[in-house]
Amino acid sequence: MMLEKIRELIADKINCEPESITEETKFADLGIDSLDVTELVMSIEDEFNIELEINESMVAVSDLIKAVESKIKK
Amino acid sequence: MSFSIIGTGMYVPPKIVTNDELCKFVDTSDEWIRQRVGVERRHICTDETATDLACKAAINALENCGCAPGELDLIIAATVSGDMASPSVSCMVQRRIGAECFAFDINAACAAFVFMLDTAAGFFKRGRVKKALIVGAEQMSKIVNWEDRGTCVIFGDGAGAAVLEAGDGYVDSVLTTKGGDEVIRIPHFIGKSPFSTIRPQEPYIFMEGQETFKYAVNAMCSDIRKLLEDNNLTADDIALIVPHQANKRIIDLAAARLKIPTEKFYVNIQEYGNTSSASIPIALDELNRSGRLKRGDLIVLTAFGGGLSNASCIIKW
Repeated sequence: MMLEKIRELIADKINCEPESITEETKFADLGIDSLDVTELVMSIEDEFNIELEINESMVAVSDLIKAVESKIKK
Repeated sequence: MSFSIIGTGMYVPPKIVTNDELCKFVDTSDEWIRQRVGVERRHICTDETATDLACKAAINALENCGCAPGELDLIIAATVSGDMASPSVSCMVQRRIGAECFAFDINAACAAFVFMLDTAAGFFKRGRVKKALIVGAEQMSKIVNWEDRGTCVIFGDGAGAAVLEAGDGYVDSVLTTKGGDEVIRIPHFIGKSPFSTIRPQEPYIFMEGQETFKYAVNAMCSDIRKLLEDNNLTADDIALIVPHQANKRIIDLAAARLKIPTEKFYVNIQEYGNTSSASIPIALDELNRSGRLKRGDLIVLTAFGGGLSNASCIIKW
């Protein structure tokens, strides 16, 4: 479910097919830079009403999913 | 009774450094800087200092409205890159332009211009002053690490000033502080005390890029929403939004999130880079002199930066 939501947000931003994005996909391979990742994080924060820590180690879709899931479980 | 802005001035040092020129110092590219920050060139001091820039901007602002230095009752200045801890920039401006009023500096980093306006508003409200000079002056080239490609490409040097006169042009403001040094900091030299056991930090600007971006966009959006809501206004009532020029992408994302057309946001970061406390008064002076501001226009000024502090206001031109 989380993957779907994140896929949707990314696909919307860069105009691609959501299905082409997997957990392993790296943001850099999608042409998404660290400020775009921050923008994604902000959209997710609004969506789930949580606050995430952002840093340069968030490089793949799976990193973002982990960060969100750890907040939601708390 | 608050104040109205009756004169504006700016000054930037003549030396222009393009993105291509920066590539000689650090591993970067014109394309990366334009895409990532929106800067194309910046003005950099060679033989001038923050005080020199402050005085020239101040004189330009006074000339703009025909105000003599002797008429001033108050000077407030701000800098994070001044020549000295003391005397303050405002004191040196007072002496060099030939004013006689009291003068002091405040520190609110890139948000300082709105903090200064708000501070001045109190003096006007109490009837203590009839005319005030507000100056933001920065020699950022002195405090950026020219080996750090993440920050040195962003900043530029410059000063902006405004002359205020008693009036009803200061409509409302919102000031916010979320204190902490994790996201943005500029450490001082720690000195050479033989007793100190503290490890010195490098005295350069440090910014956590992604956290700064997030904070800035959220600050702009919440400030603008609050100002519009509290004053029963919509974006259509606002002639122009003049944001602190930190990063073009901060402005673009804030505009998108607020659903306000980007054309309503004044952007000149391509010419000057981020000049911290000087960015808004420089923008105001450009707008004023190009005739883009009409008397009665409502303008939002919105700023954010180290502190973390953000401050926004509505002024009536």
